[in-house]
Amino acid sequence: MRGWRSAGLWVGAFIVGFTLLVAIFAPMLSAHDPFAQELSRRLIPPIWMEGGKPEHWLGTDQLGRDYLARLVYGARISMLIGIMTVVTSGLIGISLGVAGGFFGGRIDDVILFIITARLSIPLILVALAVVSLVGSSLTVVVATLGLLLWERFAVVARVATMQVRNLDYVAAAWSAGCSQPYIVMREILPNILSPLAVVATLEMALAILLEAALSFLGLGVPPPLPSWGLMIAEGKDYMFFSAWVIMVPGLSLFALVFGINLLGDGLRDLLKTGRVA
Amino acid sequence: MTALLEVQGLDISFGGLTAVRGASLEVNRGETHCLVGESGCGKSVTALAMMGLLPGNAVRRAETLRFDGGDLRGLSEKEMSRLRGDRMAMIFQEPMTSLNPAYTVGSQMAEVMLRHRGGSRRAALDRAAELLARVRITSPGMRLGQYPHQLSGGLRQRVMIAMALMCEPELLIADEPTTALDVTVQAQILRLLADLQTDLGLAILLITHDLGVVARTAHRVSVMYAGEVVESAPVRTLFSRPMHPYTRGLLSCVPVPGKIRPGDPLGSIPGMVPQVTPDFAGCAFRQRCLLTRPDCAGPIARRRPSADHAYLCQIPPEEMVRS
Amino acid sequence: MLQFLARRLLVALLVCITVLTFAFALTRLSGDLAISIAGPNSTAADIEIIRKAYGLDRPVIQQFFDWVGRAMVGDFGQSYFFRERVAKLIGDRLPITLTLGLVGLGIALTVALPLGVISALREGRPIDRVISLVALLGQAMPSFWLGLVLMITFGLHLGWLPISGTGTWQHFVMPGTVLAFSAIPALMRLTRSGMIDAMSADYIRTARAKGLSRASIILKHAARNAAMPVVSIAAVQLGFMLGGSIVIETVFALHGVGFLAWESISKNDFPTVQAVVLLLAIIYTLLTLGADMLNAVLDPRLRAS
Repeated sequence: MRGWRSAGLWVGAFIVGFTLLVAIFAPMLSAHDPFAQELSRRLIPPIWMEGGKPEHWLGTDQLGRDYLARLVYGARISMLIGIMTVVTSGLIGISLGVAGGFFGGRIDDVILFIITARLSIPLILVALAVVSLVGSSLTVVVATLGLLLWERFAVVARVATMQVRNLDYVAAAWSAGCSQPYIVMREILPNILSPLAVVATLEMALAILLEAALSFLGLGVPPPLPSWGLMIAEGKDYMFFSAWVIMVPGLSLFALVFGINLLGDGLRDLLKTGRVA
Repeated sequence: MTALLEVQGLDISFGGLTAVRGASLEVNRGETHCLVGESGCGKSVTALAMMGLLPGNAVRRAETLRFDGGDLRGLSEKEMSRLRGDRMAMIFQEPMTSLNPAYTVGSQMAEVMLRHRGGSRRAALDRAAELLARVRITSPGMRLGQYPHQLSGGLRQRVMIAMALMCEPELLIADEPTTALDVTVQAQILRLLADLQTDLGLAILLITHDLGVVARTAHRVSVMYAGEVVESAPVRTLFSRPMHPYTRGLLSCVPVPGKIRPGDPLGSIPGMVPQVTPDFAGCAFRQRCLLTRPDCAGPIARRRPSADHAYLCQIPPEEMVRS
Repeated sequence: MLQFLARRLLVALLVCITVLTFAFALTRLSGDLAISIAGPNSTAADIEIIRKAYGLDRPVIQQFFDWVGRAMVGDFGQSYFFRERVAKLIGDRLPITLTLGLVGLGIALTVALPLGVISALREGRPIDRVISLVALLGQAMPSFWLGLVLMITFGLHLGWLPISGTGTWQHFVMPGTVLAFSAIPALMRLTRSGMIDAMSADYIRTARAKGLSRASIILKHAARNAAMPVVSIAAVQLGFMLGGSIVIETVFALHGVGFLAWESISKNDFPTVQAVVLLLAIIYTLLTLGADMLNAVLDPRLRAS
């Protein structure tokens, strides 16, 4: 049973680590320029299908761009979005959550209200509207998602802080005359990090999926950047004849998000058993 | 007359640990049989085993496990469930959590009747009201419509008792029914159980760690230690002539008015209950026993000082120093 | 109980006011609305005319209160793009989105509840592992991509279901399934943990001691107590599904509120965008409020206090 679980953790870690390496070393992995169009070589199928060409392992898209090169560069965008969004939303959510859990009372009421209000706002719709109004770019997408996806960090940080705040060693720090910032930074934060790590994986997965959805709807990462969501959108018109144009980026997206979720799930189990021991 | 409930050589284990080893027990019709022992000695598990309520990871084996002459060992879960609540009923230690918070008292009581006897819901509710009155709950009609959280602990235990009596069972197993209650309420519940027992001719298997409860309610007593029934006797015999060293130790721990003077030290049993594994042999009490001998690690003799008194001990009675 | 309800209502009201402000502020993000509406090829004179026509030359505060005042009575103004009242536009399309959401919730519950219960009853066994793995896979599925894959498979290759549009009930099967996918993992996990908690409760032991049938123990005694968190999450998920319908409706060309929102966003039709944001937020708030009340009915302890 334990073996089963940690297998999930390792598979997840492998998928995420592999994608990260691909993202970092993207330029070395592909001989082709992901932006170079060659209209005479449009929609070449992948190498294992009939009509595949050895110089384009995963074929080419509707503009004759090498699909492998675009996929590899697309990993960069997904990882970048995932990580940057988690950093932004984590900063916002954890600050709010810790403040609410630490101070309690009125401050906590207000922060709970902010969380409730945020939850009631339709996520994708508002993200689309913001990107549309401000103009689409990688930075705008990260900022928008970061500003919207913090509520789970806040909820978890708040509850965890409340639990830690009442523990003996925090009381000891109080009575030793430690300052509030000191207590928050040295006594509380380190002890609530493990549940937050699990939230981080969940939010990273969600951010990557949302970016893909926004780009798919034409209001995320602007073309010609090779976002996987955008690749699916561009391939959509050809999918009934060449299904692989949406299968290749779709499966990559699916696998990456699944890997991140596996990692988070494994992490959660690890921390749970760790806490019991 | 054969016993209503007959258990011989009952073994129960959870994974690598033995909870009950070779326990034997007989409960006769119309008697209150107390099963005493410290917590963790396997008395609750024994009771659950008789009801077929052991958790899924438990392994049960028995040489004899008979209820009213019928063998319980081969019964399927479905057949057991037909007996439970109908002919044998059980109440538990935690009255606060043993009732379902989502349903009214009446609905929880009625479903026992509907399950085993059928009939109309109306009739079942009437029966429930009658029994609530029987366990001395005032305005039973109103209580039927109430939810468990609206009742006190003592009331809930009364409801549990009334619910157990819905189908007029022959055997009622009560697992520490008063432990979680206030002392005054404890006395009321014990009184109630004793009255019901006389009035209805019910056999009660009362599980407790409290020798005071035993003295007040029991006809017969079985003492359990580390998964074994080490001594079994009528209540008077047990209190006046305990034979097993553990029983003796247990009784010396209880202040008895008249026998003990202020300032005298109370008895205590040194040492701890051993972990019993499947390969454990001999007397489980031997590390704590003052009379222990080398052959206590071997097979232990069952001794019968009289027809209704039995105990497990290797040491011959004449060698036991009377304390 | 009354106090609890009053407090929840107050919070709901405050949330609505907050979202009202947020929706207004949202559309002012681009800086000058008149320029956005007029489009890139317009002259300064055109922009000035638009500014006057839409009342954008007034102070922002005045515009805000004007908008709030109208919104309160259900008047969201005139759509810039569709040349129709926004309220009517939304009213025409809301049934499609609600149908889609309810179909999605229905499918999600039909799948998630039994799986969650089975998982709980077989906790730690292989079947439980398989079910949680499937949930994890479902969670990782990009909904728009799943929609396309289903279209290729069931629409094109197998020809079982229509690919787009809203004519018949068959039209809602694929989009409903895709929408359900996003809600299934959360619903299933909560059902599972709720059932595990309930099945280990003392009252289940009592129910067994009463000799009740296994079906009655699971369906009556355990499920009732496991239902409360599931009701809450189901309401939340329905809210999320209505919000997420923007993607699904676009993929399947269902002309519901989500599709309307997408169209109006791409056409810079701000009154419509504002109204849809507000509407979805209000629906979400009402759903969670409704779930709280339903829980109060389900749990006699809540009802009494």
